Amino acid sequence: MIVFVTGLLALSGALLMLIAAVGLLRMPDFYTRMQAAAKAGTLGILLIVAATGITLGSVSALLHAFLASLFFVLTTPVAAHLLGRAAYLSGVRPWVLQDELAGRYHTQTHELGSGRAPTASLPGIDQAEQASS
Amino acid sequence: MTERLVGLPATSLPLTAAMVILVGALLLALIRIVRGPTIPDRVIALDLMASLVVGLLLLLGAVLDLLAIVDIAIVLALIAFLSTVAFASLIERRTRE
Repeated sequence: MIVFVTGLLALSGALLMLIAAVGLLRMPDFYTRMQAAAKAGTLGILLIVAATGITLGSVSALLHAFLASLFFVLTTPVAAHLLGRAAYLSGVRPWVLQDELAGRYHTQTHELGSGRAPTASLPGIDQAEQASS
Repeated sequence: MTERLVGLPATSLPLTAAMVILVGALLLALIRIVRGPTIPDRVIALDLMASLVVGLLLLLGAVLDLLAIVDIAIVLALIAFLSTVAFASLIERRTRE
């Protein structure tokens, strides 16, 4: 019974991580690739951690598994958010018809404008360049 | 140790199959690293590869019944997180200059 449960957990986790890798390969731009890798990858690694903890079975192993899953839940979104912000500031354009953030994000002070009066921004992120590209 | 590596027990067949799937996912992420048009693409692929290796280590610990491998996996996850954060701040700082 336990073998069945752990096998199911490990296989579904591995399949989710495979889905994450396929999404990383097939998605059209950086931001969609990032969300595929972050979300599917996190759930996959959580299932694999649970499978390992149940297989090993001891209290120490379950504690290790709990700490590892807590670590993954805390760090993966932070890493993805930091990378997405760095990519946007370095000029990677999202694959959309209109970039809603263009001209509203002050790249020096990291303040968001309302959009009525566009804040002054770096040449990389303003509406004119968005329209011409 | 070596005979446990070679002759895996039959009850760990699903875990071994999951490890094979993870190796396939590693190859797909490697293609994205080679192809990736921008540096952030490569960094996110590297991050996913690190968590794939962590998953491989965890499954190996489950198959071999070794708790120490779980510790190694946690440390590898920590290093991968720190390297991703360092790459992100490097990308951001390089564009600001």
